[in-house]
Amino acid sequence: MLAHTLIFYFFSFVTVASSLAVISSKNTVHAVFFLILDFVSISCLFIMMGAEYLGMLMLIVYVGAVAVLFLFVVMMLNVNLRDLRTGFLSYLPFGSLIGIVLLIEIGMMIGTWKFKDNFIKTSEIKINTQLSNTEAIGNVLYTDFLYYFQISGLILLVAMIGAILLTFRRKDNLKRQDITKQIMRERDDGVSLEDVENFKGVKLND
Amino acid sequence: MTEITLGHYLLLAAIIFTIGIVGIFLNRKNVIVLLMSIELILIAVNINLVAFSVYLQDIVGQVFTMFVLTVAAGEAAIGLAILVVFFRNKGSIHVEDINTLKG
Repeated sequence: MLAHTLIFYFFSFVTVASSLAVISSKNTVHAVFFLILDFVSISCLFIMMGAEYLGMLMLIVYVGAVAVLFLFVVMMLNVNLRDLRTGFLSYLPFGSLIGIVLLIEIGMMIGTWKFKDNFIKTSEIKINTQLSNTEAIGNVLYTDFLYYFQISGLILLVAMIGAILLTFRRKDNLKRQDITKQIMRERDDGVSLEDVENFKGVKLND
Repeated sequence: MTEITLGHYLLLAAIIFTIGIVGIFLNRKNVIVLLMSIELILIAVNINLVAFSVYLQDIVGQVFTMFVLTVAAGEAAIGLAILVVFFRNKGSIHVEDINTLKG
């Protein structure tokens, strides 16, 4: 039990420290790397809690996709890093004031919160301890939450189409196939019959 | 103190949430760090959901975390696409330059 506690505090410390590093590091690439560290330690916390599937999913989705996407964008945009830091200190008092007040408020709420005595759950799906975490989630996700699952797939599709449409740039000097133009083309547009006199040749106007 | 309870996880999530909010306040020049702060906020909410799911022995919290994950991934993709288009048009990623919608 002591080991569990120590490991929890270790991962929590890494998480908080790397979150602070994300918002305060000078170089944006370093911020992305600290974000990856943050995601990894939070996924370790998930696995500690007993949500193995979500821990692994965090690694795949966040570290494998989102963080790499961030890294690509940071490296593709040629931004002046020194320019980005100006104004950081001028916002620091206001930002930290808001942060401290927010943290105190949430801390007070967590400290004093407790369940009602006659708390009745309207609906719950108990975790089946006989099954593995992945199997338990799958049993629920594909039956009770099927519509939500489909809608989340649609959200991803819309996000994909939106991202492609936003960044798509049509080039003017590129030759493209235009079906309508091809079908509308008449015979006379391409071919013309000329009477050629002997030993004179013909001059084509093109 | 040695026993890890629900409160510990909630407090951790609260700290990460606050760091995300402060990050939005501090980084007024860099939209990329702003998007990363939003990711931090979403991850804090995910920690809350998973902690309650394990504490109450109710699987729905973990399923909902998956949906939050989906939305976060979509949001990151769209946000970064908008950022790329903005950089192409303006040549900077300053938050203060994003004022053309003011009218």
